[in-house]
Amino acid sequence: MSAATETLVDYDEALDTYDPVLGFEVHVELNTKTKMFSSAPNAFGDEPNTNVNEVDLGLPGVLPVVNKSGVEYAILIGLALNCQIAETCGFARKNYFYPDTPKNFQTSQYDDPIAFDGYLDIELEDGEVFRVEIERAHMEEDAGKLTHMGGAAGRIQGADFSLVDYNRAGVPLVEIVTKPIVGAGKRAPELAKAYVAAIREIVKNLGVSDARMERGNVRCDANVSLMAKDATEFGTRTETKNVNSLRAVDHAVRFEISRQAGVLNAGNKVVQETRHWHEDTRTTTSGRPKSDADDYRYFPEPDLVPIVTTEAWIEELRSRLPEPPAERRKRLQADWGYADAEFRDVVNAGLVDAIEETIAAGASAAVARKWWMGEISRLAKNADVEPTELGATPATIIELNSLIEGKKINDKIARQVLEYVIAGEGSPSEIVDKRGLAVVNDDSALGAAIDDAMAEMPGVVEKIKGGKLQAVGALIGPVMKATRGQADAGRVREIVLEKLGVEG
Amino acid sequence: MSEIIELSASALAEKLRAGETTSVEAVQAHLDRIAAVDGGERGVNAFLHVNAEEALAVAAEVDAIRAAGGAEAEALHPLAGVPIAVKDLIVTVGQPTTAGSKMLEGWMSPYDATVIEKIRAAKLPMLGKTNLDEFAMGSSTEHSAYGNTRNPWDLGRIPGGSGGGSAAAVAAFEAPLALGTDTGGSIRQPGAVTGTVGVKPTYGSVSRYGAIAMASSLDQIGPVTRTVLDSAILHELIGGHDERDSTSLADPVPALAEAARKGATGDLTGVRVGVIKELTGEGYEAGVQARFDESLELMKAAGAEIVEVHCPNFKYALGAYYLIMPSEVSSNLAKFDGVRYGKRVLPEDGPMTIERVMGSTRAAGFGDEVKRRIILGTYALSAGYYDAYYGSAQKVRTLVQRDFDAAFEQADVLVSPTSPNVAFEFGSKSDDPLAMYLNDVATIPANLAGVPGISVPGGLSEGLPVGIQFLAPAREDARVYRAGAALEKLLEDKWGSPLINQAPQLAAAIEEGAA
Repeated sequence: MSAATETLVDYDEALDTYDPVLGFEVHVELNTKTKMFSSAPNAFGDEPNTNVNEVDLGLPGVLPVVNKSGVEYAILIGLALNCQIAETCGFARKNYFYPDTPKNFQTSQYDDPIAFDGYLDIELEDGEVFRVEIERAHMEEDAGKLTHMGGAAGRIQGADFSLVDYNRAGVPLVEIVTKPIVGAGKRAPELAKAYVAAIREIVKNLGVSDARMERGNVRCDANVSLMAKDATEFGTRTETKNVNSLRAVDHAVRFEISRQAGVLNAGNKVVQETRHWHEDTRTTTSGRPKSDADDYRYFPEPDLVPIVTTEAWIEELRSRLPEPPAERRKRLQADWGYADAEFRDVVNAGLVDAIEETIAAGASAAVARKWWMGEISRLAKNADVEPTELGATPATIIELNSLIEGKKINDKIARQVLEYVIAGEGSPSEIVDKRGLAVVNDDSALGAAIDDAMAEMPGVVEKIKGGKLQAVGALIGPVMKATRGQADAGRVREIVLEKLGVEG
Repeated sequence: MSEIIELSASALAEKLRAGETTSVEAVQAHLDRIAAVDGGERGVNAFLHVNAEEALAVAAEVDAIRAAGGAEAEALHPLAGVPIAVKDLIVTVGQPTTAGSKMLEGWMSPYDATVIEKIRAAKLPMLGKTNLDEFAMGSSTEHSAYGNTRNPWDLGRIPGGSGGGSAAAVAAFEAPLALGTDTGGSIRQPGAVTGTVGVKPTYGSVSRYGAIAMASSLDQIGPVTRTVLDSAILHELIGGHDERDSTSLADPVPALAEAARKGATGDLTGVRVGVIKELTGEGYEAGVQARFDESLELMKAAGAEIVEVHCPNFKYALGAYYLIMPSEVSSNLAKFDGVRYGKRVLPEDGPMTIERVMGSTRAAGFGDEVKRRIILGTYALSAGYYDAYYGSAQKVRTLVQRDFDAAFEQADVLVSPTSPNVAFEFGSKSDDPLAMYLNDVATIPANLAGVPGISVPGGLSEGLPVGIQFLAPAREDARVYRAGAALEKLLEDKWGSPLINQAPQLAAAIEEGAA
């Protein structure tokens, strides 16, 4: 049955009838220096088949050796997910023939994962906390990358030929598997997105993964099933593979709920299968049916010996754990005194670290937020880069701010100076000097401009004299114009009030 | 036959050190021997590749170092300049590695096995690569894709397997030393039926890196020689920890040559030798049993305490082996699919899909015995059968290990015939895989338990060699060298010379057969 012939049920309507059950398998690529079982570099973006040695190519006679860093990273992830860490565990071979897998088996873990029985508390946007139980987190190796040339749809079927790049083959992965997640109801897509975002944040915070979804560092398979409101057993689930952006996770779960409701409403059965996600149409289509034919013939990897984790080792790793992101956020928000909405915007902009660094460098919380969330974000958006990639540093902000506070420049000029800093012209002070951007502090020059402005706007002058002090603002514009923006607004106000003999 | 090729490796090494001959001379003598007896319709066919040029170059290098004298000459390994043959399951840069299979015909490894690195570092000239059953699967070398290797004792008979090429090369004086691999007896059984010495070291004591895996949990590389001392010296050279093999032991290499020299006094006073009741009697040829019993008498007279031990679970060992080994084989050989290296065969008609290319490559590239084991292993690991087959076999493996543990409480070494029979005629067991598998009934338990074993010549039955096997606890390889060397000494005293001297004149036999 293709997507086109399926009747989608309105999302809200679907969830009036059914309860969704979710489950996620998230693959995290670790950023170890070398691969999981070989000494070849683990690096992204290099020329195809350059980060490979005889082990990665599965040449005759080769043997794997476990990367200790890979194991440590996996344990760190397990600890961060509140998991138990296995005292001993081993690797197994998952046997299947596919040309991106050089040995035609994947070295993975089967019935003894390194981490198991954990949980993660997920905070939704409105602050509601939802606990997701973690079944296991296990180690395995990534496959190579196939590029199918010719034929339709970039799939292996019908391709004229396929190219394979083994640079990724053997890159360490940790697969995090949840227990079935029930009770999310209509918030299922939101929870799904928040869960994957939380995993991404945790592994990034641990420093064990670059966590860039667009590079496939974090990849999500989303399991969805529906059960009637009064049912006691889970429905049949589908597994949508490679839902590899946060937005897509939300959309894929939403789509599957609507689609499966349509299938069930029509009196049909949901087929247990893997499904493909299509970003362009935001739909899933049927992949491969899951059946008993999927027999990976797992057996213990005889070329590797069991991993034994001592208590001392685990405690040493536990001591390395950074503060969990959610706790850190609570602490920072309190320290900085941001309102909930302000802080959420900072989080969503990915600027928590930048602001924290800026405050640590000496800026006030308000100044740090003003610059990062204001002008820097605006310029970054125009340049289509992350704010932190723009070239502005905590030092830039601190310097700009002290120039403003020292009345050397005003806000408007400071924004210009920032642009010149980003353009690489030097530090804010250098730019101010070089470009002669210092504000006009010469009161006689200012005084003349103010006199002109007051002469042109006698009505405004009267208002001020009458006690409407906010009317001063109307004079500032012309004064700025006359001084080409180099006047200090505060000083203008003071002089006006002085001249008119009004108490400020 | 030149005198130089009749020397043991240690005797040749002695002459090289004394300047009585040169390595080039020694290598050339062996190359001449290979040229004389290995090729042709009735030749031994031990070698799949002869590495003359490189071997002579290495020999010349050693000779030059010796001639120059000084520290570099002093630092030479005791076996420097002594030529060696390598089972073609072990990868070598500069020489093809086929594993005895069409699948790897013409394939050149870009890297050296760890044991080859050690051989190169010690400057042993490599004479070439020796024949084997395809991917080491067989007990007769009849499953090689490159023809049979003939037993130098009787050219109409098998040299054992899978390492028939290495054993026959050593027995035919084509090489004084060879490397083999032993998964279920592939070093020891060919040693037994060719009248040579073969050792399967403790699992993990020699790196497997670069030995094309048959069954990873059972495979070990080991020496093939004509004397126990030679095996000990070669074992010391190739042994030791290798960080590229996770199953490699961290232990330092034990003093094996010293153990062999101690054994060569012929004194076994205080050594408890356990006769494994389950590996004698029924199923063992009368001549084999007779030579075995005589060996026990000799050892007893030399001071050994002969005790009988029981290993009740050994009767399940063959069955367990034929589940564990094929299971690992089915996975280890999956990589041979025509995608990255080796043979690629396109389907003759129909759609050109990757599955069909892999299928036709594997159909054409693998021989029947390999396919039989892949199918068996795939089945044994299948969902629903795993517990009954692979799972049960692993339990048997534990029981076999416990049998060994108990037996070694009572004895320092265990002893049995290496093989129930002498070399059989070509084709006589080809149609009956089970009969073929029974050749390894006495050698398999050591692989399942990871313990070391040696086969030493025990005399002749109807003119064909019989092997005697000693087994010791894991990491106690020194014990099999001591016991093996002692029996070797006792028997040679009895015979007046090594057993190999009773072998027929090969050149004459080849001519006779050809006539």
